[in-house]
Amino acid sequence: MKVLLEAGKVSKRFGGVQALKDVSLTINSGEIYGLIGPNGAGKTTFFNVLTGLYPRDGGEIRFAGELLHLANPHEVARAGIARTFQNIRLFGNMTARENVMVGRHLRTRAGVVGAVLRDRATRDEETALRRRADELLRYVGIEHRADDIARHLAYGDQRRLEIARALATEPKLLALDEPAAGMNATETAALKSLIEGLRADGLTVLLIEHDVRLVMGLCDRVAVLDYGEKIAEDVPAAVQANRQVIEAYLGSPA
Amino acid sequence: MPRKPWLGVTLVAVALVLAPIVVGASLGNAWVRVLDFAALYVMLALGLNIVVGFAGLLDLGYIAFYAVGAYLYALLASPHLGLHWPVWAVLPLGALVAGVFGVLLGAPTLRLRGDYLAIVTLGFGEIIRIFLNNLNAPINITNGPKGIARIDPITLFGHPLSKPIDFLGITFSGVMLYYYLFVVLALGIVFVGIRLQDSRIGRAWVAIREDEVAAKACGINTRNIKLLAFAMGASFGGISGGLFAGFQEFVSPESFGLLESVMVLCMVVLGGMGHIPGVILGGVLLSILPEAFRHGAAPLQHALFGKVVLDPEALRMLLFGLALIAVMLYRPAGLWPEPRHRRELAK
Repeated sequence: MKVLLEAGKVSKRFGGVQALKDVSLTINSGEIYGLIGPNGAGKTTFFNVLTGLYPRDGGEIRFAGELLHLANPHEVARAGIARTFQNIRLFGNMTARENVMVGRHLRTRAGVVGAVLRDRATRDEETALRRRADELLRYVGIEHRADDIARHLAYGDQRRLEIARALATEPKLLALDEPAAGMNATETAALKSLIEGLRADGLTVLLIEHDVRLVMGLCDRVAVLDYGEKIAEDVPAAVQANRQVIEAYLGSPA
Repeated sequence: MPRKPWLGVTLVAVALVLAPIVVGASLGNAWVRVLDFAALYVMLALGLNIVVGFAGLLDLGYIAFYAVGAYLYALLASPHLGLHWPVWAVLPLGALVAGVFGVLLGAPTLRLRGDYLAIVTLGFGEIIRIFLNNLNAPINITNGPKGIARIDPITLFGHPLSKPIDFLGITFSGVMLYYYLFVVLALGIVFVGIRLQDSRIGRAWVAIREDEVAAKACGINTRNIKLLAFAMGASFGGISGGLFAGFQEFVSPESFGLLESVMVLCMVVLGGMGHIPGVILGGVLLSILPEAFRHGAAPLQHALFGKVVLDPEALRMLLFGLALIAVMLYRPAGLWPEPRHRRELAK
């Protein structure tokens, strides 16, 4: 199997808190990789380092065979890593379609001159952009809300819109930060089939999730973080039986 | 949605053409001058709207770019340095230089937002003004607080706009001619603003305003896009400043104080941040209302009380302040905010 992402000894410290300590993990192309751990274990910090939002203190990340330049989030996005956020971060006052169109920013070119003159190339790009945005909204199942303001969307639809916006960047790896948080059972089931569909369409997915049933049912492999350190990395069944993991979640027997 | 957009456009065009003639004949040229300034302020407000309204970057020093444009015109077209460049060369250069100043302001403030950005931009505005005030020694560049006088009037087709023209039996005074030039240019800026708003760049600006972190994660190079907003906004200010210098034929640092920056910001906020028609309305209202209070207050008091009870000059700012407070209390999104809800109903 081909390795898509290889993190080597990634470290991040906030003052006296070691949020990530030499975290190494590899994600294979085409897999759904789960990242779990108790609250405060460093999962979201890893996401933020991976996507260039936090400067890292050590380590490196190779992506698709190349060293990832982590200084600028937009370069990470260009390399092919897209993400969603734990607490949904949409462009609240833009329509759903506009949100997705923004996601295609780095795959489009029009500048100020093109915008003002609206020459043929710009118009064509804009038309294609709009069509692609509508396709993506259809893909995640919210095409009927395309003209609605993002912040007026239902919670589950906002999650879907965030995924559509991330997909618009044409990622190789989609990193989802607790996509099922706050969802009911029906919404979670729908999300599960959406993620499975993404994988079937050739995407690699990195998933932070607290819903154990979702993680176990969906992920090919799972890594467990505890206090910023990776304590396990294996197929879900093995991780579930790992003593260290059980202790991290439940505490050690007295 | 209006069924006949051309009808509205024609009406607005006719109104814009007739306005100075009607106003000039009924109220006198002083009021046409007020209209001239309204057009200049609309340009300024539209420029600031790009920075504050679209990109969400609070700028309290915006008038600095107006000053840059004005002084550039003054230096390149006056006896002060003995240069007399034509307006078509000076205005684009003014836009460019102001744009560069926009980037100079933007670059160190990229990590700042909200209050902090406001403070830095405020400082920037003051620095520019103080420079203009003091750059008369050791080499006299700006002529200091005395300002630069005898600036060339804007000349189009060999005709200085300060001289009246007789046309179709109507005498078009200098202020009227300037009015038409300003309105045409303001319409150009409106056009550019509208085109930018609904474009890849415009959406990136709004995305930064809405959520900068998410915008970065979406692949937007927020540094460049912010600098572009500063540069575009500043260049509108630069053009407007150049027009101001040619129109007044005199510039001095005191025209570019903090109050002017605040005034332009008020136009944007009061009209409806980020909504171009609202910003135009804000610019027109806030440049005309204070004059109306100034000219209307004394006669009104005479009519009511038989004498002038309150000094019109004091009353003017009082009423103006009350109007601002009332608008912000009852229409916090501005007088004419973006009708986002209509889109939802229009489906």
